[in-house]
Amino acid sequence: MSETSLRNRVAIVGVGESDIGKVPGMTGLGLNAQAAKRALDDAGLKPSDIDGLLTAYSFTEPYFMLGSVLCEYLGLQPRFNASLVVGGATPAVMLKHAAEAIVAGQAEVVLVTAGENRATGQSRDQAVAALTAVGHPYFEQPYGSSIPGFYAMIARRHMLEYGTTREQMAEVAATTRRHALLHPNAHMKAPLTREQVLAAKPIADPLGMLDCCLISDAGGAFIVTSAERAADLRAKPAYLLGIGEFHTHEHIMCAPSLTEFGATRSGAAAYRMAGLGPADIDVAELYDCFSIVPIIEAEELGLCPRGEGGRYWLDGRAAIGGGAVPVNTHGGMLSHAHAGAAGGLFGIVEAVRQLRGGLGARQVEGAEIALVHNEGGILSSHCTMLLGKDKA
Amino acid sequence: MTETLPSPVVNADSAPYWQGAREGRLLIRRCDACGQTHFMPRHLCPACWSGDLRWVEATGRGTVHSFTIIRRAPLAAFAPRVPYVVALIDLEEGPRMMANILGDDALDTAIGDAVAVCFEDRGEGAAVPQFRRAGGRG
Repeated sequence: MSETSLRNRVAIVGVGESDIGKVPGMTGLGLNAQAAKRALDDAGLKPSDIDGLLTAYSFTEPYFMLGSVLCEYLGLQPRFNASLVVGGATPAVMLKHAAEAIVAGQAEVVLVTAGENRATGQSRDQAVAALTAVGHPYFEQPYGSSIPGFYAMIARRHMLEYGTTREQMAEVAATTRRHALLHPNAHMKAPLTREQVLAAKPIADPLGMLDCCLISDAGGAFIVTSAERAADLRAKPAYLLGIGEFHTHEHIMCAPSLTEFGATRSGAAAYRMAGLGPADIDVAELYDCFSIVPIIEAEELGLCPRGEGGRYWLDGRAAIGGGAVPVNTHGGMLSHAHAGAAGGLFGIVEAVRQLRGGLGARQVEGAEIALVHNEGGILSSHCTMLLGKDKA
Repeated sequence: MTETLPSPVVNADSAPYWQGAREGRLLIRRCDACGQTHFMPRHLCPACWSGDLRWVEATGRGTVHSFTIIRRAPLAAFAPRVPYVVALIDLEEGPRMMANILGDDALDTAIGDAVAVCFEDRGEGAAVPQFRRAGGRG
């Protein structure tokens, strides 16, 4: 049976972010609800229009059946609902599932939401300990490994094979901080230099504290509907042009390679569906839980040749106005926000906003096609999407 | 209060592996149907799904594929060990596994280092496989 193309079939018609940073007055569910309300208002829809809901998972409020819990909290009784867990790849995968449900006639308006109160809903030690659970319980955790440690081993291998440097990784954090300063809702508000990143407290060599993503209170949401219905709504739609996923492992000890990951395959599937290639991309929102990650993704998704990801950042090509494809124009997870699955979801929100235009100094001029990549685990699960201002 | 390092969690897939570690032997799984050797014991071969598996004793020799020096421990029990090395080891037989590099020269670890297995006591006779630098580059 041949693949049913999702190209031009659905659009994102509303996006929303909760308050971001330290938001002690709100629960994780509350952050989701605030983001959902803002996304719904953005779309000009009513709660009763929603007939599908997808959400992810929560470390701070670990409900069983989180999707149903969120429906209950929001007073929704949808005909399509699930909570999905593929780590950081979840938001993009949720868009794919939402699109499939809409194309199959199983839902018409799907609310996709994720978020947690990771900054204030747990202590910093609890946060770090909870994330340790991402390591294999029997064959990795007995060694005191950590998530930064896993990504550090990937970074070190990239440094050996391609000559990638700590300066290049530090520039990822510095560039995205400059972008975040242009975003009114970003968690981080102060400038950051490459030198500060290099001088930060070491966490897991070669990664320092500022090579690592934030721990934020944050929720994000978007609304998906059919391309036909999107045409009648208030906001400018962002059409789904192509989307693909690929999964190679969960734990780093089982990764087929430390330098080649599934983003190449998920990206190829998205490009194929859209009938587009890397040269067509105007803006890219990549996953950046650690500074090495968008370096590798830039290579895998064809923004630059293999091994040149570090130079792509150090040469300023990832910056807004840098003459190439700007990356993480909202500041990414290193500077805008990271709270579980919401981290990657904000890349989708930002891509939609870039395609609508009018972002002032943050605007990528003439942005018509955006790429978003989410990854989960230790570069384990990948999902790439292409969104367009117009249908492809 | 000093928290103790985690003891191995034994289950139906891994019981012989951890029993081997108690006896100072590193056991891995080999598939008699396809000949592949793999790390992390499973109910079936991840290459061909055959259940025709047996335990073989690894030589314990390997090379460092990559590593990191942990400067901030994720759990309190590891805090007294900081800084320590976490590495991915490519065993001579092919499979890759995670371990610490122990020994006075552990912080000098480099990718490609030859390493040899050793066993670290985790209480009540339980042990986890670990590695030490063995001199030379693989």
